[in-house]
Amino acid sequence: MAYCSARLRTRQTYLWVGRPSLDQKLHYQTYKEMSMKREGYSTEIHIQVGQFVLIEGDDDQNPYVAKLVELFEDDSEPYSKKRARVQWFIRFCEVPVCKQHLLGRKPDTQEIFWYDNPACNSNISVETIIGCVQVVALAPDEVIPIHLKNEKTFFVKLSWNEKKFKPLPPEVFAQLNKLQEDNHRYQKSMEAKTKSTESPSWTTTEHAVKRIESRHSTSKSRHTASHPVTPRARKRLELSGFPRTPNTKISQATSCASLDSPGRMKRKVAFSEIMSPSKRSLPDGSQTSPPAPKAPEKTGEIQHSCTKDAKKTSPDLGMILRTRVPALKTTETSEERTLTPTRGGRKSSMVPSVILKPEYIERREGKEPDVQDEATSTSRIRRKSSLLTLNRIRQQLRFLGNSKSDQNDEEFLPAAEISDCDSEEEEASTTPLSRRTPNSVSRNLHSSMKSSLQTPSKTPKKTPEPRTPRDATPRIRSRNLAAQEPTNMLEEARLRLHVSAVPESLPCREQEFQDIYNFVESKLLDHTGGCMYISGVPGTGKTATVHEVIRCLQQAAQDSDVPPFQYIEVNGMKLTEPHQVYVQILQKLTGKRATANHAAELLAKRFCTKGSSQETTVLLVDELDLLWTQKQDVMYNLFDWPTHKEARLVVLTIANTMDLPERIMMNRVSSRLGLTRMSFQPYTHSQLQQILMSRLRHVKAFEDDTIQLVARKVAALSGDARRCLDICRRATEICEFSCQKPDSPGLVTTAHLLEAIDEMFSSSYITAIKNSSILEQSFLRAVLAEFRRSGLEEATFQQVYIQHVALCRMEGLPYPTMSETMAVCSRLGACRLLLVEPSRNDVLLRVRLNVSQDDVLYALKEE
Amino acid sequence: MSSRKSKSSNLIQADYLSQVQRILRERFCHQSPHDNLFGVQVQYKHLIELLKRTAVHGESNSVLIIGPRGSGKTMLINHALKELMEVEGVSENVLQVHLNGLLQINDKIALKEITRQLNLENVVGDKVFGSSAENLSFLLEALKKGDRTSSCPVIFILDEFDLFAHHKNQTLLYNLLDISQSAQTPVAIIGLTCRLDILELLEKRVKSRFSHRQIHLMNSFSFPQYLKIFKEQLSLPSVFPEKIFAEQWNENVQGLSEDRSVREVLQKHFNASKNLRSLHMLLMLALNRVTPSHPFITAADLMEANQLCSMDSKGNIVHGLSVLEICLIIAMKHLNDIYEEEPFNFQMVYNEFQKFVQRKAHSVYNFEKPVVMKAFEHLQQLELIRPMERTSVNAQREYQLMKLLLDNTQIMNALQKYPNCPTDVRQWATSSLSWL
Repeated sequence: MAYCSARLRTRQTYLWVGRPSLDQKLHYQTYKEMSMKREGYSTEIHIQVGQFVLIEGDDDQNPYVAKLVELFEDDSEPYSKKRARVQWFIRFCEVPVCKQHLLGRKPDTQEIFWYDNPACNSNISVETIIGCVQVVALAPDEVIPIHLKNEKTFFVKLSWNEKKFKPLPPEVFAQLNKLQEDNHRYQKSMEAKTKSTESPSWTTTEHAVKRIESRHSTSKSRHTASHPVTPRARKRLELSGFPRTPNTKISQATSCASLDSPGRMKRKVAFSEIMSPSKRSLPDGSQTSPPAPKAPEKTGEIQHSCTKDAKKTSPDLGMILRTRVPALKTTETSEERTLTPTRGGRKSSMVPSVILKPEYIERREGKEPDVQDEATSTSRIRRKSSLLTLNRIRQQLRFLGNSKSDQNDEEFLPAAEISDCDSEEEEASTTPLSRRTPNSVSRNLHSSMKSSLQTPSKTPKKTPEPRTPRDATPRIRSRNLAAQEPTNMLEEARLRLHVSAVPESLPCREQEFQDIYNFVESKLLDHTGGCMYISGVPGTGKTATVHEVIRCLQQAAQDSDVPPFQYIEVNGMKLTEPHQVYVQILQKLTGKRATANHAAELLAKRFCTKGSSQETTVLLVDELDLLWTQKQDVMYNLFDWPTHKEARLVVLTIANTMDLPERIMMNRVSSRLGLTRMSFQPYTHSQLQQILMSRLRHVKAFEDDTIQLVARKVAALSGDARRCLDICRRATEICEFSCQKPDSPGLVTTAHLLEAIDEMFSSSYITAIKNSSILEQSFLRAVLAEFRRSGLEEATFQQVYIQHVALCRMEGLPYPTMSETMAVCSRLGACRLLLVEPSRNDVLLRVRLNVSQDDVLYALKEE
Repeated sequence: MSSRKSKSSNLIQADYLSQVQRILRERFCHQSPHDNLFGVQVQYKHLIELLKRTAVHGESNSVLIIGPRGSGKTMLINHALKELMEVEGVSENVLQVHLNGLLQINDKIALKEITRQLNLENVVGDKVFGSSAENLSFLLEALKKGDRTSSCPVIFILDEFDLFAHHKNQTLLYNLLDISQSAQTPVAIIGLTCRLDILELLEKRVKSRFSHRQIHLMNSFSFPQYLKIFKEQLSLPSVFPEKIFAEQWNENVQGLSEDRSVREVLQKHFNASKNLRSLHMLLMLALNRVTPSHPFITAADLMEANQLCSMDSKGNIVHGLSVLEICLIIAMKHLNDIYEEEPFNFQMVYNEFQKFVQRKAHSVYNFEKPVVMKAFEHLQQLELIRPMERTSVNAQREYQLMKLLLDNTQIMNALQKYPNCPTDVRQWATSSLSWL
């Protein structure tokens, strides 16, 4: 964005324009307009209340977008007396990364969201304003018109309230639409006159209202009029792109909440199915835009044709409506009520076609030239006006489409009539440009719009471009054969016993859970940061407990018990290199990619500068010891950021060793980590038993005492819950194997469990020795003999060989050659019964036993 | 007429024999999953059940197959995968990733290889894009996206599993095993290794994530079973085109297995090593002796092959040495006897040799010192002797300390077989003191 860099180089002066009006309540002077003068430039930029502006932010590339609500002078402010009140918009990239998926689709590049958060500070200094920008409000399922796409135009479809994306409230939508048109007009007039004394918006709004009325007549959008607003505001409402099915008679105010009502659903269906033919005609209208700036003398013509189109279509529609009204009357009485024509009345919004009188059209005709007259001076202005007209036409067509879908909803019109009307409409709206190929019609609205909105020369068929690896979506192919569900008790038990199965609760870690919860919650409530160190041997539920805490806190945040927070998780083991942690954090925080060094800078900027973050970040660093570097800069940064007051960062770290801070950290690092420590003790046998019981609560697959047995065994060995679960899982398998009848396997008995434990923990050395060949066994004997002879635990191969030859002679085995014996030795070395040096030492290589001598003797004796 | 007839029948037989050799060599050299498994039915059942649960139920698992070299680990997994793929609907639902610790020597290469084999989207052609950090996060993200019921199970086969444990931080193992223990894409991680101490190699958090399932292959068969395997490995399949010849061949094999000398040979082989790969080696050597004029394997062939297998390689080298070099080796042997395995240098050997030549020898010519030096160096090149320290430029070669890499018995055995060995040399070898 070029204007940003320009802004940085030049100083700007800000002046009020117009007479101040004193605000009685607040005792400061408000203005309607201001002017911005760039040093070294003669032109001034005038910004008026109600316009959209760019506001300086953290990111030079993406300045904030907002709507100017008020301009006033406030003497109490220390730095700048010129203040402005704004309504913020939010870019997609400003939405917290963890919430971005809520949108459910890919945002458009120029898409912004109405920021519906009253807590946000809307009082800014005028000097932070960079310039004007255009914001176009669109219906949620409307496609962004490509001809309007430039970097100075934004589109708003949805609002964002920190929790979810909602469609724009209708009043907002209407307001925005009005403003957008005002802006067009305003900018035009500004450029034409370069100076405005009185705000011209009054006249234009009037125009707009009239236009709205006329449009409204054709669109017959039905709004209930129980809304306590001024007439003009209501008119604006009528303009809003929220056509409804006739039977939804909810007030405007609640419309926002009732978006998921069945009526809306119905409409959606109608859109996707029935709208397509009318949409087909739509892009044709908009296609007129590309040639418009090139041949300005043509635009007039196009406009004329467009208006004619509009005229043509409206009688058509009138006819349709006429056929429809009686039917309505006969079927639905409630419908009838809304349909009662209240002409010019303030209440009704449903304007039946009967009142579509020529005067409306006349007025429209009279107006369109107006616009044109106004915009005759330059080609650029002409283009603007043509765009405006096109916009209007498109909107109108949309309304037509809506009305048609409504009709179809109720099945008042025979299908033939619809098609008739479609073809007529299409004919009418076909511009001098080429007609579109029918194959693209069948495609969905979105793609057909997009393809047709591109330059006409391009074929509508979209060729799949080879994706660059950068934006590849990571996913494993999905299976086409459904995964089998467990069929019997043992399989069910196995599923529940899998470590990955998420239990309903985490038994035996209540105290730890509470401690961590309290810690994080207090930091969240106090808006401060802090560090916590959690240690414990593997498999004691450290990560699981923290996850549970975060899950509960997120629940609480949704219920607004605690302030919302952002949760990020990194794992030292899942990094190739400690500094990659910055990259991961940045990516999860903002979605941006950067190199490690750059990411570190950005994060430092984010966490150490004032007022940059709005919500607390909770960062979980698993396997902390892997982040150790020579300079310990990674750990230092991780623990240093939370100490900044503005950072609002809570860091939870997990590692295995209790004394990690003392052992590997420098003093300045461990000091920053602080003393909030927690240690997870290995599970005791009763805890393990409880864990197993809770997982097997509703499944009777184990005999009563077996669980206690396994719990005691594992507690004695390691206290690792994973082991415990794995043993039980294996025991169910053994039980299934050993069972004759596959349909009704019995319960897992102690024998099965003992077999599983034996399989997992018994040393395999003895079986390996027992199963080795006779020469191998004899070689082991020779090793033992040599050890005994020399009194050392190590011998060279040559020495062992001599013993080996003697042993073989004693046992009547044929004489073993050196090569054979060497092969035997290396085989034993490969499976690590012996520890041998690399074989390049040949006969001089040294041999040691990897098993205790007693074990070898025991294994060799048993024959 | 009759000779022509026999010639043509000879030709036909040659054709059969080449077919036989092809079939049997394939059997001995390839680990084809079409052959029978021997004595591992229990382990096989365990493995196949586990794979089926991953493929059909989407249950994540990890298992290690441990057994000495040549015990049929790869054969076992190949068999299991083959059977798994024959289950209806599984073959298009399961992804396989084969890694080998000898090929993927670090995590970076392994990650690229996994991504390539999974054919993920950052693969274009055969190239994988992005740095290793990006690849890791990409792969983890990909595997994380899946869940038990909806995504394709992935079977990871890590050959030479122990070598992966030497990678930096064991990042790859940690992540793979972590996936197997969490509700992500279902995976089965199958490690093949011959190290019995493999669990001690794993870091504690990696070890905790491993399910501790181990399948041991121990070659736990006895000699009668070994004999049966021998028969089965050598017999021709019933689908062999020429039935009569196949019958004859199989009868011959049956006869061999009952022959006493063959049994002796096999017993000796069995004593040395139980693994089937060495049996294959023996049979291969015997098979190579089969020609049209000698169409069936005989006991003599097997004995010959056994001799080849158990030959002492260094003894063979000694057979090809010159008399002077033999003399030097004998001198070294005497030095070893006198100084009890202490290292020696050239000068000591030369003096010993001089003593022998001056006092005792009748047939050995008194060579000049440089000639003896040359012979000494040749011995060093053959690695029959080796220097104690690395050769430095400045050191005088005469005084460099050396060690003999031959055993006394080896030397004596070699001398007995040495062609045209002078009697005085032989006498000198038997007794170091005989010259007195």
